[in-house]
Amino acid sequence: MNAISTSSKAVEVRNVFKNYGEVEALQDLSLDFPRGELTSLLGPSGCGKTTLLKIIAGLLPADSGEVMVNGETVTGPGPDRAFVFQDFALLPWASVIRNVAFGLELRGVGKSEREAIAEKYIADVGLDGFELKFPHQLSGGMRQRVGLARALSVDAQVLLMDEPFSAVDEQTRRKFQEDLLNLVKHENKTFLFVTHSIEEAVYVSDQIALLLPRPSRVSEIIRPSGFRDKGIDSIRRDSEYLDIVDRIWDSLRTYVE
Amino acid sequence: MKAFGYQLPAMSSLIIWGLLWELVGQLELTFFLPALSEIFITLSEIIGTKPFIKALTETGQAFFLGTFYAVTIGIPLGILMGKNRFIDELLLPWVNVFLSAPLTALVPVLMVLFGFGLKAIVITTSLFAIWIIILNARAGVKQINPALVEMAHSFGASPMDAFFKIYFWAALPEILSGVRIGFIRAVKGVIIGQLLISIVGFGALFELYSSQFLMSHFWAVLLVLFTLAFSISEFLAMLERKVEYYASKR
Repeated sequence: MNAISTSSKAVEVRNVFKNYGEVEALQDLSLDFPRGELTSLLGPSGCGKTTLLKIIAGLLPADSGEVMVNGETVTGPGPDRAFVFQDFALLPWASVIRNVAFGLELRGVGKSEREAIAEKYIADVGLDGFELKFPHQLSGGMRQRVGLARALSVDAQVLLMDEPFSAVDEQTRRKFQEDLLNLVKHENKTFLFVTHSIEEAVYVSDQIALLLPRPSRVSEIIRPSGFRDKGIDSIRRDSEYLDIVDRIWDSLRTYVE
Repeated sequence: MKAFGYQLPAMSSLIIWGLLWELVGQLELTFFLPALSEIFITLSEIIGTKPFIKALTETGQAFFLGTFYAVTIGIPLGILMGKNRFIDELLLPWVNVFLSAPLTALVPVLMVLFGFGLKAIVITTSLFAIWIIILNARAGVKQINPALVEMAHSFGASPMDAFFKIYFWAALPEILSGVRIGFIRAVKGVIIGQLLISIVGFGALFELYSSQFLMSHFWAVLLVLFTLAFSISEFLAMLERKVEYYASKR
């Protein structure tokens, strides 16, 4: 590993501009994502948070500015990043194991090797025994676990998650949030997490980037510090947690139609 | 099928029409319609004969070559049109023109271009089948979930990977129904080709029997043709049902 890739920033966004025709989606946006932490992009709808995530993923080009992952400029998708999609994006004609192994399949990993890796991550996300099921036989929450296992199995250092829990029910969502905290703790990866839920962002994040719209810019960066090590059961009762939720709502309320 | 609240056995409709046909034939109302039993007797007489086997081989060969080209050209072309706006806008007007064109009227032109042999018949067959196959493959790709394409892209899929692992499978239910309709049209195409271009195969048999007013022979060959077309169509419909589980959930 060279000096840059061991630096404390996994992803750096420098002066990124993005327009959709006349609409300014991102204006001069700069932001750092610390290595090994989970950073949330939080903001009202239309603030360009998904646009920013897709630019970092290399799925969308920026009009100007630069995105660097481990010190290298992003020109397209790469093996250093893996994406978790809001609507899961599973192959409906493929079994769970083929879906989980699909990222590896595209990278040319042999069948037995990639299925062994996939099996490990299927077990990790709690889908043991569902390897040969098809997506339409699974609940929404289970489908997203497949999406998560697919992203984990390519072993990218950076995980990009685009509102991954917005299409699952509330209880599943809470379970996911707890699992995500464990994942951040035990996998040595950097997580970029887009959400529109204030509570969710504060609950799971080491760092919250508050985006304000028209055009999007980072209005504030918040780093919750006090409650992260107290155990997941007491977070929602912690006074710092509640204060941050209130503070963010104060900043956002004027932007909600 | 149900009648008066009773569940009728499978193929009841075929049996009813078959009985009606037999009745009308026995009454000898018109020479055009001999009794069904008479047709089956004729069928059993001609089915093993050399001219019949030869006709079946000739028609089968032209049919399979024609549909082979229609499928191998039509499906990739349709997928490309669905994927690529430029290719789509370039080709779509022509596909629509030929879909509704009276292709039979073009057959003399094809004869001038490709001669009087198998080649012209195969091309006629392909032309009958290919347009609906293209349009269906295109429609299948058009309704693909863009997130799937994005997903493949984000995991580093090459254009070839995306084509064979995403587009083809996502469009498969539509592709199969296009192929099914295309094959039925190809049956028409091959017979028209064999009637107009060179009098060979089943086309020649139809020509011979109808000009000699051998109606039970004519119907016997038509029944064979119908059975073949029906079997192919049912086989493809069975494949369609196999992918049905994901057709509504892409």
